Amino acid sequence: MQVARVIGAVVATRKDPALHGLKLLVLQPLDREQNAVGRPLVAADSTGAGTGELVFFVRGREAAFPFYPAEPPVDAAIVGIVDPRPLEAGL
Amino acid sequence: MLIARVVGPLVATQKHKKFEGAKLLLVQPIDERNEPHGPVLLAVDTVGAGVHEKVLLVLDGKAAGDAMLKKGAPVDAAVVGIIDHVEGV
Repeated sequence: MQVARVIGAVVATRKDPALHGLKLLVLQPLDREQNAVGRPLVAADSTGAGTGELVFFVRGREAAFPFYPAEPPVDAAIVGIVDPRPLEAGL
Repeated sequence: MLIARVVGPLVATQKHKKFEGAKLLLVQPIDERNEPHGPVLLAVDTVGAGVHEKVLLVLDGKAAGDAMLKKGAPVDAAVVGIIDHVEGV
């Protein structure tokens, strides 16, 4: 799993029927200092995340597991929203 | 998944039997500025995408096989959506 920032959303009318109803968000993976690293990717959302939020996501076939018993053709899924750090932790 | 631009169709007469009836597209993954990023990939198309369209590309064998509605197909990439637009990027 990796930590990423949600930077956008994909709108696609024509798509695989198994993708209908899924929210597809654009993620920018981050390094330990929360700087962008690597290219953005698109992930299916299982958590209700939105643009600007810090999330973690899973890659591979396991990305379809949150949507069981449906088996959408996805290779990345957001599976958690990172809690904001308390202010005393100094961000 | 990645966002990619359709380069064009690829035709192959001699191929694995699981590819029969499948449409193959050469696709170029693009970055957030719509610039090409990385090598051109070959993907099965399950949504009827056309040349120059911006598409959603899934890079996983099982997911690509599911999209084709075939089990055990020797594939690792599929076009699963045609992108209208990307918000916020």
